[in-house]
Amino acid sequence: MFKYLARRLALLIVVVLGVTLMTFSLMHLAPGDPAEMIAMARYGLDNLTVEDIEQIRVEESLDSPVSVQYLCWLRHTLHGDFGCSLITGDPVMEEILTRAPATFKLALAALLISMLIGIPAGIIAAARQSSIFDYLAMTGALLAASVPNFWLGLLLILLFSLTLGWLPVFGYGGLRCIILPALTLGAGLAAITTRLTRSSMLEVLQQDYITTARSKGLPEARVMYNHALKNAFIPLITVIGLQLGHLLEGTVIVESIFAWPGLGKLLVDSIFARDFSMIQGCVLFFGVVFVLVNLLVDIIYMYLDPRIRFEREF
Amino acid sequence: MSLLSIRNLTTVFHAKEGEIRACNNIDLDIAVGKSVGIIGETGCGKSVLGMSILRLLPRNVTTSGEIWYKNQNLLTLTANQLEKIRGTEIALLPQSPSTSLNPVIKTGLQITEGLQIHRKMKPSTARRQALEMLRILHLPVPEKKYQEYPHQMSGGMKQRILAAISITGQPSLLIADEPTKGLDAVLRAQVVELLQQLIRETGASLLLITHDLKVAARLCDEIGVMYAGEVIERGPAQKVLTEPEHHYTKGLLASLPDMGLCPIPGSSPSLLNQTTGCKFYPRCSARQEACRINPVPLQMCNGCYVRCLYSA
Repeated sequence: MFKYLARRLALLIVVVLGVTLMTFSLMHLAPGDPAEMIAMARYGLDNLTVEDIEQIRVEESLDSPVSVQYLCWLRHTLHGDFGCSLITGDPVMEEILTRAPATFKLALAALLISMLIGIPAGIIAAARQSSIFDYLAMTGALLAASVPNFWLGLLLILLFSLTLGWLPVFGYGGLRCIILPALTLGAGLAAITTRLTRSSMLEVLQQDYITTARSKGLPEARVMYNHALKNAFIPLITVIGLQLGHLLEGTVIVESIFAWPGLGKLLVDSIFARDFSMIQGCVLFFGVVFVLVNLLVDIIYMYLDPRIRFEREF
Repeated sequence: MSLLSIRNLTTVFHAKEGEIRACNNIDLDIAVGKSVGIIGETGCGKSVLGMSILRLLPRNVTTSGEIWYKNQNLLTLTANQLEKIRGTEIALLPQSPSTSLNPVIKTGLQITEGLQIHRKMKPSTARRQALEMLRILHLPVPEKKYQEYPHQMSGGMKQRILAAISITGQPSLLIADEPTKGLDAVLRAQVVELLQQLIRETGASLLLITHDLKVAARLCDEIGVMYAGEVIERGPAQKVLTEPEHHYTKGLLASLPDMGLCPIPGSSPSLLNQTTGCKFYPRCSARQEACRINPVPLQMCNGCYVRCLYSA
């Protein structure tokens, strides 16, 4: 078990380094001269002078070789210094940390909603295969997976906020505000979770150990929840973990629709403002969170599957 | 007195290709404390017969006929009543030890959970009883194995755990489904010993489903031979295995390595779209025109029930 964790951690370091390299390359792969772009963001297109650009090039050490620049940037980044916003001049790290909780709240709420809908729906669909419940769950999942979330978000606002007046159109704070954005963000994941729970359960229910469990005279509910679900969770948790990354991605759109003051909205705003250091910071942050979520999934995996937990003994 | 009486049992799988009659009009009796063996080749419906008794078959299967156990027809019981029979009255020793234990649940719990539910046993009592069973079954260091997961054990140990699961509820009937399938000679001998011990310790009746005639010979008082979903010969083990009446049983014995290794020509028929006459007709050396046309009844003949018009 310890060996497994150690290996995962070692791998994590490599992946995080890769993420930093990619993020750093973004700046240099983007068309145009970075110094010019920084100058443009700082002084505006009309007041641009060659002297300003050259001054920025020296200030930001953009004249040294790329590898040196990367190592220098990496050193700062590893110390938690992501640089300053090109627009406001505030430290990027500070801004990200103030915005992050809102995004995490939204993502976790969406994850919770998707699991609360998807897992029971998938179990019922598998337990009553080819019944009306199964067809309903599968049709619902197909719809939820096909609907783009910007459209779903607007539709939900139209129904629950404008027509029924139950929930606020947008805003931050309080449980009522989070329901619509979380539902919008979680719908797609709920669909995937439903389908995956169903197929995973159906597969497990055919296994010999399920017959053994039934032959012991266990009530069907216990066979389902204790014997089948525990096994079905193993593939399920992998996909949910991977999907969590896509949830973060989805926050970019959903936060914009609902004016949610999180990282997704920060990223979009920074892109429109050409605030390169902020974009870089956000992308790096998303990348690292993604990697950490995967580590978390592996740890949960280990808890669920004793074959991994006891690997060291064999 | 019969513990279990099967009458006209017919089990049909509804597949895309049509109806598959895995068991066809089967009659079988198992007396208290006796061992009955069902032998036959792969795919003759013998495992389905065992599964039909406990109603463990998938949903696309219909079972008709009657299965009487202690004055209850198992085929008409509700799911709730059936749960009370499974494990504590009739237990199953499943086919493949490597896949029949749940990989994510500790073995100890897999042994005791049925008892805790049916007998309302306290966890400590159930644990003591399970450990006692494991000790009787000669499992090394039972306290340690009790805490382990199936993947930490060898095949033989898993078989013992499954054996413990099947007898901890003290069933009156044990159905052993191909317990020696895929095992090497040493393990096979161990399993036979294990089964002998199980029936000795518990006094239970045994329904042994196997394709291994030697195992059947060592364990069973009575033997039923199945071919293409039908019981074609049934009688005392000694008689069936030494002086069989049906031509198929004869062929089966002649195909054993120490009896000359002389296989029956042809292969067993598909269970789909069955013919009306004798199922063994195309392969039988003594066939007559009459065999092909009408269904052949199970008749008494020299102390055996035989489904053959021209038995020797």
